[in-house]
Order: sequence, then C-alpha cells, then structure tokens
Amino acid sequence: MTPMLSWALPLALLLLVLAMALALLRLLKGPSAQDRVLALDTLYLNGLLVMLVLGLVYGSRHYVEAALLAALLGFVSTTAMAKFLLRGEVIE
Amino acid sequence: MTGAGLPWWADWLVGTLVLAGAVLALLGSWGLLRLPSFFERVHAPAVIATGACWCVVLGTVVFFSVRQGELAVFALLIALFIAITVPISTIFLMRAGLFRARQQGQDVPPHVSRAAPPGNGGS
Repeated sequence: MTPMLSWALPLALLLLVLAMALALLRLLKGPSAQDRVLALDTLYLNGLLVMLVLGLVYGSRHYVEAALLAALLGFVSTTAMAKFLLRGEVIE
Repeated sequence: MTGAGLPWWADWLVGTLVLAGAVLALLGSWGLLRLPSFFERVHAPAVIATGACWCVVLGTVVFFSVRQGELAVFALLIALFIAITVPISTIFLMRAGLFRARQQGQDVPPHVSRAAPPGNGGS
C-alpha cells in the first residue's frame, strides 16, 4: 500500500460503517413506515460506497460490478416499497 | 493488499477523494438520524447520492486509471445510474409520505392536480 492510502482507506471504511450504524438506528427507531424505507435506501447507498472502497483496498474491479448490482437492487426495492406505501399494492 | 506502484500525487488524490466521500456519507446519515420530521429527513440522504457517491467514484476512476495505465471509466456507470435513479425513488417516497400524512389528517399542502373536496382523504 502507498503511504496515504494505507491509513486513508481503513479510516474511510470506519466512517462509512459509522454512517451505516446511524442509518440503522433510524431504521429501528423511525416513527413511520416511510422513515424506515428512507433509512433502508440510505443503508443501501452506504453499503454501495463500502463496496467501492473495498474494491480500492483489494485493488479488484469485481467489487465495482457488485456495487452496480447493489445500486440496481436498491432502486428497485425502494421504488417497490414506496409504491406499496402509496397504493397498498406493488403491481396493479 | 495491492496498490503499490501508485505515484504520490495519485495516492494523495485518491485518499483525499475517498476520505471526503466517507465524511459526506457520515454527514448525510447523521442528518437522517437528527432532523425532526420526515419531510426534512428526506433531504439528508441526497448528499450521499450526490457528493459522497461522486467523490468515491472519481477516486475509484483515478485509482484504476493510474494503476492500469489507461482510462478506466467503468466506475462512472455507478454514479450515472445513481444520479438517474435516486431522484425517482425519492419522489416516489415523498409522494407516499404526503399521501399518508394527508390520510392521517396532518397539516400538509393539498393536492394541486385535482381540486379534492375537504375530507375526501385522497384517491
């Protein structure tokens, strides 16, 4: 590892895990259903960033493709849950 | 662990971008936890979808480009995809929140598209 990345990447991972913990707290405590869906969406985004940083740590491109997959799944699940909250069913 | 052979300026640039992205992500999540109502909280994760995501993706692009010696733009796909999809899901979530707030009789703005009579409770 190069001098700065050897401490910057673990520190970034630590900050991202802290961010995921905050989103998880909101997910557990959120007073309404839409708060929980929003927290889940934030959790997905943070997980995607963790995957990108892990790709830098291991120097592998496969993590980037996994992050793209996570972005896709996060969008579909958030939209489906928002549609469910709006209409009471996902596909009419 | 790889990453050896990166010149000092790429090392510095990637480290700064990734750290900035992580700090922005922490700020966005903290705002999500801290803001008082749903309609304020829905703004906070936007800083993750724009600032944090673009910073980390640009860091990834610089890292792989310098290491492979050729332009590696595949990571930009993620930032573009996020930039397209996150506004859509946020608008859906926002409308669901407005709908549920109207159903519970909270003080939110009424429908603009149709002149609903009072007490109708939405569609």
